[in-house]
Amino acid sequence: MPNKIAVEARNAVKVFGQGDTSHSALNDVSISIKQGEFFTLLGPSGCGKTTLLRLIAGFETPTSGQILLDGADITALPPNKRAVNTVFQSYALFPHLTVAQNVGFGLQMQGRPKAEVKATTAEMLALVKLDAMADRKISQLSGGQQQRVALARALAPKPKVLLLDEPLSALDAKLRKDMQIELKRLQHETGITFIFVTHDQEEALTMSDRIAVMSAGNILQIGAPRDIYVKPANRFVASFIGETNFLPGTTAPGGVRLDCGATVAVDGSFMPGKVTLAVRPEQVRVQGAGTAGAIPAIITNWVYFGTDTHCYLVLSDGSPVVARLQSPAMGEAGLEIGASVGVTFAPGAAQVLKD
Amino acid sequence: MANASFSASRLPGFSTIATIVFVMLYAPIVTLVVYSFNAGKTVTAWEGFSWRWYQQAWTNDIVQDAALRSLTVATCAMLIATTVATLAALGTTRTGPFAGKTLISVMINQPLLVPDIVTAISLLIFVAALKVATGYQGLAYLIVAHAAFCIPFAYLPIKARLESMDLSLENAAADLYASPMQTFRRVTLPLLAPAIIAGGMLAFVISLDDVVITSFVKSGGQDTLPTYMLGQLRRGTEPDVNAISTVLLCLTVLLLSLFFVLTRKRD
Amino acid sequence: MAIGKDRTRRNWLLSAPALILLTLAAAGPLLIMVVYSFLSPGQYGNVQWIFSLEGWRSILFTEDIFEPGKYTLADAHLTILMRSLKLSLLTTLITALVGFPTAWFIATKPPKTRVLWLFLITIPFWTNLLIRTFAINEVIRNEGLLNSFLLWAGLITEPLRIIYTDTAVFIGMAYVYLPFMVLPIFAAIDRFDMRLLEAGFDLYASRLQVLRRVILPIVKPGIIAGSILVFTPSIGAYVIPRILGGGKNLMVGNLIDLQFGQGRNWPLGAALGMTLLVIVMIALAVYTRVTNRENDRG
Repeated sequence: MPNKIAVEARNAVKVFGQGDTSHSALNDVSISIKQGEFFTLLGPSGCGKTTLLRLIAGFETPTSGQILLDGADITALPPNKRAVNTVFQSYALFPHLTVAQNVGFGLQMQGRPKAEVKATTAEMLALVKLDAMADRKISQLSGGQQQRVALARALAPKPKVLLLDEPLSALDAKLRKDMQIELKRLQHETGITFIFVTHDQEEALTMSDRIAVMSAGNILQIGAPRDIYVKPANRFVASFIGETNFLPGTTAPGGVRLDCGATVAVDGSFMPGKVTLAVRPEQVRVQGAGTAGAIPAIITNWVYFGTDTHCYLVLSDGSPVVARLQSPAMGEAGLEIGASVGVTFAPGAAQVLKD
Repeated sequence: MANASFSASRLPGFSTIATIVFVMLYAPIVTLVVYSFNAGKTVTAWEGFSWRWYQQAWTNDIVQDAALRSLTVATCAMLIATTVATLAALGTTRTGPFAGKTLISVMINQPLLVPDIVTAISLLIFVAALKVATGYQGLAYLIVAHAAFCIPFAYLPIKARLESMDLSLENAAADLYASPMQTFRRVTLPLLAPAIIAGGMLAFVISLDDVVITSFVKSGGQDTLPTYMLGQLRRGTEPDVNAISTVLLCLTVLLLSLFFVLTRKRD
Repeated sequence: MAIGKDRTRRNWLLSAPALILLTLAAAGPLLIMVVYSFLSPGQYGNVQWIFSLEGWRSILFTEDIFEPGKYTLADAHLTILMRSLKLSLLTTLITALVGFPTAWFIATKPPKTRVLWLFLITIPFWTNLLIRTFAINEVIRNEGLLNSFLLWAGLITEPLRIIYTDTAVFIGMAYVYLPFMVLPIFAAIDRFDMRLLEAGFDLYASRLQVLRRVILPIVKPGIIAGSILVFTPSIGAYVIPRILGGGKNLMVGNLIDLQFGQGRNWPLGAALGMTLLVIVMIALAVYTRVTNRENDRG
């Protein structure tokens, strides 16, 4: 039953503090997360994503609104009565216990029989490939190993939902990539719903089934990674996820008339008036000056990235445009700084944004 | 929402116990201070505000004498203890292990480990023999004894400060052509000054507070304020002891506030 | 890394003044005291330079007046030793029981007010012991604040006789030494990572389980340090039992004092002093072992 709802927040509001010093961390947020889903809350720091996670875990009580788990209202339940577990940002592993004791802690607290605790602990340690470390102290482990213990500990009680609070932020880039793959594998093998909090858009795009982009206590867009990347709902989403060229213009028959004078054809209908056109750099093409339908531009700089080369251009009204080109193509065109060229967009690539 | 917000660090009953503890901790002290201003003689009946007991204590020759002696001993002990503790701290911090480092550390901390009464009788035995041998009965015994047990209190803040000080500053001074002596005077000492003052104040307070060791070391007629108060207490309570206590209490609070300010980490 | 000869000499030279002073007025006299414990008492105090084990023997045994050579257990000394141990352990226990919640209360305050609470606990810590003993004396003596209040409230008709009892000494020590317990426990809680509490609750622990399974094991070194700081001065207490015990409810400290006063038995006094020192050293050794083991495990 892939479409059953695992976690739901209904009109969740969280205000910290009182009176003049109060500040609103969540403004009336509603969200439904499906069972077995890898769901990501994505946004800059202070956007409310961690607050939402803590509301689900039970560490915070909403100022108003409800939290539901498997359809049951758990708003008033303390965290130790909720069938959800958390992988903490700093891991929060118990320093006085061994690896195995950490992993078995939740099961012990639930009062499971000793034999079951032992068996499940062994199973979890095998799952995260730490069987050999069972009797080590936490302080004897590397950061990556601690991360695995935190995962095993949170998975051991077989929670309905696993909450992950920026679990990869303390790892170096190489380890991060490995753990991203590892997390996907664990989620696939256990079938548990994962709610993952991150500020790293790349991490969110590569791992998630669905993403909720948050900003200033609001959810701006919920959708599959591809939808959010290709059809960002607004300027914030477009700029937060990937790089984007923003070109000011006004609506015109058959498209948008840019401030530089050129008209670009766009799909769909929209309110007339001033708009912004968003185009991803990889959708921008650079051609010879005078190419039919191309917008005149001048190359101001280019930066070599290996497979890609970023070409920085400026339109006649002064609007900057970045094009991401494959390096050989760049070399063949013999494009140089100062050269006059023509810019075109891939069909359907230009999106009209509400500001 | 009716439900109380979840707080991970709340433990039921703890705040109540803590509140009771603070009340019980301060009620006797506050009572003592308040009744030092009582016109009457008891702590049970308030008979109006009066400086009577302060005047009585102030005009009492024995109290004046004891107060002066307390201050003399505490000042001398503080100066000696702080000086030797500063030197010892310079010799035992920011240095690799060396032969006898542990021994020095044990020696310096010894007054903290040995019960007062044991130090007191061992000094009594030693000083009694010295008094017979030299015939000298003066204040020097008290000063040396106080200086010794004040050393660890002066040493600790200075050591802590030195350990948090980066040797790179001294290295920078040396790089800029300062001689070791110039480096010490122009860099190390100014940086260390707050800790030295703090250590000195602790030593002063500790010396001023001592009653056990002083009782056993002093010669006849060498009462300090605490030994005078202890003697008075045995004879039945006179409220002028309240007045003296209040003055000492104020002095402690004042020095302690200064200590807090001096040792506070500069952000 | 070991340092060179010159540095070692410099370090010793710098430490020398402190070491000389401490040898003169702390370590040296202590050694002389050990020697004195093996001498014979002089008739008017002091000692005779004749070797004797009598001082050590009289800690626990008294020689029969009528039958020289026959020894019986010294009940009076035994009572005092047992009272010292009992009262010190009780003081340690009660201060730990109320000191832990107090330290927790302070440590979980927001940083701004925490400094104030900490200051409030530090003032008694540094306040003259005599003054605080005197203050508690004013509260519990027969005509003191407590009895006046209870009489006024009609809860009692006769004043409670607390002063000059073991209870008075116990109350006095608990009152005076409580800050010694609170501060090290506070330091331990201050280092405690509060996020571990959320991890505990997240893993289905109740509040009691979080306290027992997460908080207490981690702050235990602080509680042990506090216990040592309370037990050591309690077992060696002299002023508090002298004022609140009223000359009857002696502790070891007063028994030692007695040997240098009316008792005129300096060797016994020295031997008792050594005994007290040994008890304190045992407590410290246990502390060191426990904390080292914690460090090995942590």
